[in-house]
Amino acid sequence: MIHVQNLVKSFGAFTAVNDVSFDVAEGEIFAFLGPNGAGKTTTIKMLTTLLQPTSGNIRLDGLDPLTHQNDARQRFGIVFQDPSLDSELTAKENMEIHGVLYHVPHKARKQRTEELLKLFELWDRRDEQVKKFSGGMKRRLEIARGFLHTPRILFLDEPTLGLDPQSRNQLWTHVKMLNETERVTVFLTTHYMDEADRVAHRIGVIDHGKLVAQGTPKEIKTSTGSETLEDAFLKLTGSTIRDESADPAAMMRQFSKMWGGGRR
Amino acid sequence: MSAIYILWLRELKRYTRSRSQMIASLGQPLLYLLVLGFGLGPVFKRAGAGNYLQFVAPGVIGMSVLFTSIFSGLGILWDRQFGFLKETLVAPVPRIEIMIGRTLGGATVAVMQGLLVTVVCLLAGFRPANFLAVPIALGFMVMIAVLFAALGMAIGSGLQDMQGFQLIMNFLVMPIYFLSGALFPLTGLPVALSYVTKADPLTYGIDGMRSALLGQSAFDPRLDFAVLAVVGCLLLALGAYRFKKIEV
Repeated sequence: MIHVQNLVKSFGAFTAVNDVSFDVAEGEIFAFLGPNGAGKTTTIKMLTTLLQPTSGNIRLDGLDPLTHQNDARQRFGIVFQDPSLDSELTAKENMEIHGVLYHVPHKARKQRTEELLKLFELWDRRDEQVKKFSGGMKRRLEIARGFLHTPRILFLDEPTLGLDPQSRNQLWTHVKMLNETERVTVFLTTHYMDEADRVAHRIGVIDHGKLVAQGTPKEIKTSTGSETLEDAFLKLTGSTIRDESADPAAMMRQFSKMWGGGRR
Repeated sequence: MSAIYILWLRELKRYTRSRSQMIASLGQPLLYLLVLGFGLGPVFKRAGAGNYLQFVAPGVIGMSVLFTSIFSGLGILWDRQFGFLKETLVAPVPRIEIMIGRTLGGATVAVMQGLLVTVVCLLAGFRPANFLAVPIALGFMVMIAVLFAALGMAIGSGLQDMQGFQLIMNFLVMPIYFLSGALFPLTGLPVALSYVTKADPLTYGIDGMRSALLGQSAFDPRLDFAVLAVVGCLLLALGAYRFKKIEV
């Protein structure tokens, strides 16, 4: 379903993603793990047509996202690392905009919005503005929205960041269920190793832009001689701390949280 | 097409939902209208130029359309910071449609704000000389709105954070307003100033509105129309090009 071959992305002299190759089969849940700045988000951006690779090949459901951009986009859903909802609009309106942008016919749009909002326990608050939602509710809404156009692949970039264990647990239960009922392929990144261990069928570990291990959680644990995936991860990637420099967008968001300002 | 519509509708919903914003943005035009209108009125009259409130009202309407439309275009900056931009950029829709939807939405909102200010002007004592020409004034309002929404979009597409915002406010938006002849007649100006005012597209918008509402203008209204149409199309093309180049 996802085929990546010799993928490279350089920003000037810095190579963020260095010759990465992997395959994700249809219906699989694939966890892409790595320390901060290892190249996870850059890879996701290339897979989702937001960034052009420097070299290498990508196939999504057999399509080259570079030449068939809109067809490829129609086939995947994405939940970004940072929120991407319009908080002035209601939950239902956010779903509607998504449905229209993804060419979901009116009737199917209504029906599926209801199904998904009920599943993610947001139906009762469908007519409330998103700015009144908690962090967990916003995340659930984004995931529900990602499923709206029945994508073949769902990308989840650190979807559980900042959520309490209850919300995290519930979120993965839903994702797993939809993975089974709709046969949607899931590509996720997370920093919570226990989640990856529990949810993912297969795992890829990336560090300094290179894929350092690939396999089922069990395989990765055995090959490194570790009890837990967390140990395996630390063995593979070392225990030095990676500091990411904050980008202006993140700083801006923090600023707005602090002051509650910003018109939008 | 439906993508254009839904993004247009989004701008409208955001506008009608932020009542406090709507009222707050009436403050500045009111200040200009009442303080300058009544404050400069006597001097203006003594100079034999007529009623200043009548003169300044189209300028104040033009100002509110300018501000609202350019900020709606710059709203892309907020969308970038608060994430919604990405949602539209990964959608299977040509970027040009997204850009058009947003620009038309912003322009529509600006026209609505302009009409709101028009009502305030009427309440303050402004009387158009010819009510039949009001639709023509509305047409000029629409042109100002589209032109500056596109300009806002062209600039907003390149901005990464809020730092550039203040710069644009002080060195672009305010000069466009003050140099447009919104507040003073364009006749008998020093040569340098007269050239600068002629390079400002808003000049033609406000002159067009004045000719429709008051029957007095510095240029031929057909020239006003032509300049706005040409500059508007150029800015739309520029906005579309810059929007296409956005990377997140």
